[in-house]
Amino acid sequence: MMLSRNILVQVLWAYLLCGWTFGSELTFELPDNAKQCFYEDITIGTKCTLEFQVVTGGHYDVDCRLEDADGTVLYKEMKKQYDSFTFTAAKNGTYKFCFSNEFSTFTHKTVYFDFQVGEDPPLFPNENRVTALTQMESACVSIHEALKSVIDYQTHFRLREAQGRSRAEDLNTRVAFWSIGEALILLVVSISQVVLLRSFFSDRKTTTTRVGS
Amino acid sequence: MLKAFSNYKALNIYALYFHIGETEKKCFIEEIPDETMVIGKYRTQLWDKQTGSFLPATPGLGMHVEIKDPDTKIILSRQYGSDGRFTFTSHTPGEHQICLHSNSTKMALFAGGKLRVHLDIQVGEHTNNYPEIAAKDKLTELQLRARQLLDQVEQIQKEQNYQRYREERFRMTSESTNQRVLWWSIAQTLILIVTGIWQMKHLKSFFEAKKLV
Repeated sequence: MMLSRNILVQVLWAYLLCGWTFGSELTFELPDNAKQCFYEDITIGTKCTLEFQVVTGGHYDVDCRLEDADGTVLYKEMKKQYDSFTFTAAKNGTYKFCFSNEFSTFTHKTVYFDFQVGEDPPLFPNENRVTALTQMESACVSIHEALKSVIDYQTHFRLREAQGRSRAEDLNTRVAFWSIGEALILLVVSISQVVLLRSFFSDRKTTTTRVGS
Repeated sequence: MLKAFSNYKALNIYALYFHIGETEKKCFIEEIPDETMVIGKYRTQLWDKQTGSFLPATPGLGMHVEIKDPDTKIILSRQYGSDGRFTFTSHTPGEHQICLHSNSTKMALFAGGKLRVHLDIQVGEHTNNYPEIAAKDKLTELQLRARQLLDQVEQIQKEQNYQRYREERFRMTSESTNQRVLWWSIAQTLILIVTGIWQMKHLKSFFEAKKLV
């Protein structure tokens, strides 16, 4: 009797906990020819979303691969700039997703990803879920959800803007260096042209005088 | 029952994990507005060759956490144990870099060990622990929901403010590039014309001196 009650309590806790999320949002640098994998233990029936975006580097593309606990590939895309993938966990276990920059020879990439597992934790852990929410509370919940999507859009906008900004800063430094470089090359080439031409005529003069006499 | 619960909780907390080498340094980028709080929690496990699995807790193995602000100035550089929690508040908006590496003293060649790092980084509004706030300020459910919405809106406001600052920087960079392209094009055309004229004049006087023209 005690044993079965213990098991029941464990199952209840497991049920409560699996409904909570620890959504992870990270930005990391992926060097060229590198692969970075992340793992997460997910329980069956949890709705999960993986979203990623390449922030800087090369052609802004990366390979992404999501595998479930048995190694079955759930999502596989090559050279993708941005994508969002939602799935419901069909098995318990460790799910793995990897980002690969192995096709790139010298550009390293900055990749942002957001992996949401399950729902948000409730504000009141001891909340009695049986009673319905009042109108005020459900209005608050819908505002909360709308604001969450606003924050999500803001994040994606910020990443795209970071892309544009880093390109603009690159362009700025490159314009400076190449302009100075070109001006120097121009001067060096024109001076050496004159010097070379002078050297041709200096030799010719001595030979012509020798032939003349 | 409590042990089972704590085990399960220990498994689920800091859910996302990845592997790094013993002497490897792993960095994450957080682009955040100013006056934003960031809380990072991590847990490490070391690969045990004998049992062929990851040990649950490794005493003596610590992680060195280094955080740099957008001006690459170090704002936090501390050693923590195998389980750690670090927190900082940004004072300048921009890209902050959070780097982790283990304090293993072995040389890179001999340290073949693998570390499993569970990481959870929460930014801004996500750092608030609402059940705790409700208990401390004795808020009703509606008040707590309103508080959560206020925090979210504040985060959106900060992000919008940061966006304005980023757009200003981007505009300055573009205008600087525009100026540089303009002035260097004029300068290079002038250099070209001047060197052309100098070349012709110099060669003319040279050939006249050589009595070839």
